[in-house]
Formats: sequence, structure tokens, C-alpha cells
Amino acid sequence: MREEWCKGCNLCLEICPRGVFITSSEISKKGFKTIKVGNEDACIGCSLCEYLCPDLVITVEEEQIAGKD
Amino acid sequence: MPERIEKSLLPPKRYFMQGNIACAEGALAAGCRFYAGYPITPSSEIMEHMARRLPEVNGVFIQMEDEIASISACIGASWAGVKSMTATSGPGFSLMLEGIGYALMTETPCVVVDVQRQGPATGQATRPGQGDIMQARWGASGDYRNIALSPWSVQEFYDLTINAFNLSEMFRVPVILLADEVVAHLKESITIKPEVLIYDRYKDKNKPPFGGELVPPMPAFGEGEALLVTGSTHNEWGVRKVLDPEVQERLNIRICEKIEMNKKEIIKIETYFADDCDFLLIAFGITARSAYYAVKLLREEDKKVGLLRLITIWPFPEEEIKEIAKPAKRVLVCEMNRGQITNEVQRVLCDKEVCGLFKTKGEAIYPQEILRRIKPL
Amino acid sequence: MSRTLYKYLREEVFPSPFCPGCGHGIIMGAILRAIDELQLDYQKMVFVSGIGCAAWIPSPHFKADTLHTLHGRAIAYATGVKLARPELKVVVISGDGDLAAIGGNHLIHAARRNIPLTVLCGNNSIYGMTGGQVSPTTPKDAFTETTPSGNQENPFDLCSLVKACGAEFVCRWTVFHIKPLIKAIIRGLTTEGFSFIDIVSPCPTQFGRRNRLPSLYHNLMDLKERGVSYEKAKGLKKEELKGKIIIGEYD
Repeated sequence: MREEWCKGCNLCLEICPRGVFITSSEISKKGFKTIKVGNEDACIGCSLCEYLCPDLVITVEEEQIAGKD
Repeated sequence: MPERIEKSLLPPKRYFMQGNIACAEGALAAGCRFYAGYPITPSSEIMEHMARRLPEVNGVFIQMEDEIASISACIGASWAGVKSMTATSGPGFSLMLEGIGYALMTETPCVVVDVQRQGPATGQATRPGQGDIMQARWGASGDYRNIALSPWSVQEFYDLTINAFNLSEMFRVPVILLADEVVAHLKESITIKPEVLIYDRYKDKNKPPFGGELVPPMPAFGEGEALLVTGSTHNEWGVRKVLDPEVQERLNIRICEKIEMNKKEIIKIETYFADDCDFLLIAFGITARSAYYAVKLLREEDKKVGLLRLITIWPFPEEEIKEIAKPAKRVLVCEMNRGQITNEVQRVLCDKEVCGLFKTKGEAIYPQEILRRIKPL
Repeated sequence: MSRTLYKYLREEVFPSPFCPGCGHGIIMGAILRAIDELQLDYQKMVFVSGIGCAAWIPSPHFKADTLHTLHGRAIAYATGVKLARPELKVVVISGDGDLAAIGGNHLIHAARRNIPLTVLCGNNSIYGMTGGQVSPTTPKDAFTETTPSGNQENPFDLCSLVKACGAEFVCRWTVFHIKPLIKAIIRGLTTEGFSFIDIVSPCPTQFGRRNRLPSLYHNLMDLKERGVSYEKAKGLKKEELKGKIIIGEYD
């Protein structure tokens, strides 16, 4: 995730079918409460988050076991 | 400044040509290869001629849906690297002002011909006027300086169109040709010379396209420059800076200064019998033809009258007027409007008696009218 | 992969000025994914936009030739660029107000002429940038700053309009239907004549907030529910189509 670009719109958090994301306690340089990966192992690689993130923050990568960058 | 000599498009000789046609041929000779326009009397012949001629010279012609689209397409074509032009009259010019503002802000070369008619609004479509002087100068929103030229003959309509393209490229500014319906529809003999001097916009990949020097280089789309062209306030690389006061001031002052500081190079005027006159006439366009005739008649009667003809209307030839009007005790400005140039002359010659001969009748000013006005004095 | 798209962007202007949850950010991603899949020559593309939030999608974000013009005039400028240099790929990205209100005339004429342009309409049914005024695509009865008691006008079906003018490829997708949207953009970019894609894109800040759709998630779920395919819609009556969004290609 390119966290510096995240604006905390919560879409990834709400649309993920497996609850991978959580709200971070970090505040970005622009003053947004960002989102971060909470449970990487739950990811099934559907990539809804990557395609629907309005800020191009997320890249979903497949590894031997479902992993995320 | 990259300049070159090109052969004239038409075989060099004398022609009997209509003003509007001469304008179109001048544009083609200057390298214009894109025309987007909208029909409006009395300028439509320019567009019609371009429709016939542009395909012959591998250019592009399109009749757009309105004047706003016309000036927009011309600016787009200019950024694609092609010299472009449009022609209209007063009401169409009002519509184009939005686009002219954009061309001023983005420093886009293009030529806009305004064949003036009686206004305001629809007015008298087939009758001449000279009432768009101030509209040409101040019509777009905000502050800027631009260039406007006024031809008085068909020959000059041809020559000044070439001049307009060159000035436009030299200073990256839209140039307005303020013609009138009479010059546009007159048919006169003109001479087309074998060679044309052409200026092109200067290019330099290493320098910023919107600042850094008085007239920056101008790349085109498709050259791999990732150009950022925007009508918002921008820095020298085209990056939008709508909250920065320094950037706005720097940009705004520069687009004014690039014309202000080059006035001597831009301004053209002509004088007739003016060296020893004590009564000076000032006129432009078709009115100057009548004024010239009036002056000749008066000189035959040993009256010390002279004529100053404005070829460049904007930037206003202030220094030139001050210099030439020195011997004169009185000045009479003749114009087919109600005082647009007279006000300017009064401002410049604030210590002289300056009057105006106004005519907004849809007729050219006759030499007799000028004589009648001067004789009693 | 989002990461592979960064090369198309001017990274120094990110995070983008779009509101958190703006649908136009999704459109930006979709366009770049389409360009990337086609492996188009980015240096021979020109992106022309007008004024408004959607017009900010290419400018200043795309590291390409961008022409940010006046309100409503993008298509007219684009026509000039394309005719002067036909070898350049010219894409117009602008909003519903820009393209259909002030720019309506230019839209219908360019479609009629079938000029080879790809026009992407970031349609959020509102004038977002100026604070949330009604637009020609705002649904009836919706609340906006200039329709405080509900919109009394009927909106355009932009696809019907543009198709009737003679455009070659016309379709509508929403940003929720992201995969078909990317495919449609690819089709639009490779159409020979005039292509128009009406991209329904939520504005949670100006539209959503006033119409009980406060977050991007709510808006996307709403789009998912209201979408009905063009083929299916042909067989439905006017009352059945009320509130629905017709998606797919118009013919």
C-alpha cells in the first residue's frame, strides 16, 4: 500500500469480503486517518480493493500463499 | 527568432482581388494550414475561400457549430503545432472573447479577423463599422496586452495578415485584424511579391514553455514533452498554481510586458503631409482613405493639414502620436464609431484640442464630411 | 496492478485533490489500466478536459500532453487538435455539466461528425467543484444546492442523445462495474470514429451527502442495485425503469 496517498475513505475496508483492512492510528501528512492491512492472511485475491480504490493506493500481489504488498 | 523566406503560394504578379480573399491568401502565404470558423456577414468569404484552398495546400478546414467552437478548435490546432486562423464580425467576436482570453493566458499564437459591421448586437450585418476597437483591447476578462492591426486597402489586408501571423508567432499572442466591411468587400489591384518573410514560434526542449523569459519557447503536442496547458494560473512549467500570489503576478506582468516592452518593434503608423501641419487628422481603416483624399484637397488650397494613419491600433501608438502631433494646434480623429479612438488620443494628447468626427450610420465617412467639419476652423 | 500504473502519473501531485471517496479516482485507475493493457504510445496521446472535478482526472495527474481548457469547450479544442494532427490519439475526459450543459452543443456536433475522439464523461449528476448545484443529469427529485426542494427537471440520457447524433460507439457503465468499464474504455480507445462512455461516478461529498448516500461504499452499493442491462431495459416499461441505471452498449 502506498499509505501516503490514502485518504481514509474506507471503501476498501467496507467492500473487502474478508475484512482484511482496519483503520490505522496513523494520520497521513495530508491529515487523513489512513487505512492499513490488518489481516493479510484472510485475503483471497479478489482485488476489489485494488480496482476500486480511488487513490491507487493498493496493489494486490499473489504469492505462494495469498499475500499482499 | 527563427525566420525563413518562403516562396509566395500564388504566382507573383498583379491580381484584382476582393479584400476578404486577399486576407485568406495572405494567411495561406504566411503558413496558415488550419481554419475553423462560422459564417457571419461580412466575413464569410474568408471562410469560403479557405474551404476551397486549404485542401489544395494539405491544410485542414472545418466549419464549426458556433464561434466559440471555432476559436477553441483554432487554439487546439495551434497547440498541435499548426498555424491557425478564424474570421468573424462584431457579434461573433464577442463570443470568441472567451477563447481569446484562453489564448492570451496560455500564450497561444493564432489570428482572429474581425470584419467590423454596425452594432451593437445584430446591428446592420451588411454595413461597415469600426466599433470593435475597445472590444478587441479589453473584451476578454482580466489584464493583458494584445495586438490589433487595421488595413486600409486590399493590398494591406493581404500584407497585414502575413504580418499578423508573424507577430502572433513572435510574441505568442492572439493577433486581431480589425478590418471593416468596405475594405473586406472592395476589389482592388494588389501585387503579390515572389517571397514571403515568415516567423515561426521558437522551440527549445530544455526551457520551460510558460515562463523564464519574456517570450518562452512553445513545444507542440506529440513531441514527448508531456505539456501541461491550462487556463488556470500556472508556473513556468504549466503547473497550476491557483493559490500563489507571486506566481499570478509574475505571469500576469510578463504577458503584459512582452508586448509593452516590444512596442517599437510592433507599432506601425503612416503619415501624410504631417511634418508641418497645424491641423492633424487621425484615422484608420477605410476612414483613412477618405481622410487622405480630404488632406490632399486641402493641401491644394495651401491649408496646412496632415494625416496620421494608425496601422497598429493596439498597442496604442502613444509615443508616435505625441511626436507627430507636436506641430499641430488641433487634432481631429475620424472614426466610424462614437469615440473609441478619440478617447485614447485625448488621453495621450491631454494638452491639445482633440475632437472627434463620429459616424455610426453604416456608411463610410465621406471626404466631404471631413472637409465640412474642418473648413470653418 | 496499481503499482505498474504509477509510471503514467506525475507522482509529485499526489495524493490527488479529489475528495476522499470520489468516484473519479476510480475512473482515473480504469483509464490507466485500459491504456496499459493496450500498451498505447502514451507520448502520442493528448488528454483534453474542461472545467470541473472530472476534468481534473488527466490534468495534472497524467504525465502526458494535457490540454485543460475552458468550461464546456473540451470537445471543440479536441476537434482542433485531432484535425491538425490526426496521428495523435485524442481523449476527452470531462464531467456531466461540462459536456452536456455548457458543452452540449459541441458534444452533439462532434458526435454527428463522428470525429475520432474518445469522450469519457465522469458523470456524478452534480456540479461538484462549485459546491453542489444541479446538473443536466441530476435525477428527478434529487436534492442539490439549486434544487433545495427536489429537482423538478428531467435528466438527459446522455447515451441516447449521443447515439442519436451518429456516434460510432456509445455505452454506459458505473465505477462499481469496474471490469466491464475497463473493457469499454479499451473499446472506446480503439474505435475509429467518435466513442462516448457515460461513466456513472458517485460524488459522496456534494451529491451523496444531500441524498442519503454519505460514503463511497453506500454509493457503490446503490449503483450495483440500480444497474439494469441495456438489453433487459429494452423490454421494460417506463415506470419499471424509474430510478434504474441502464448499463451496457447502446445501439
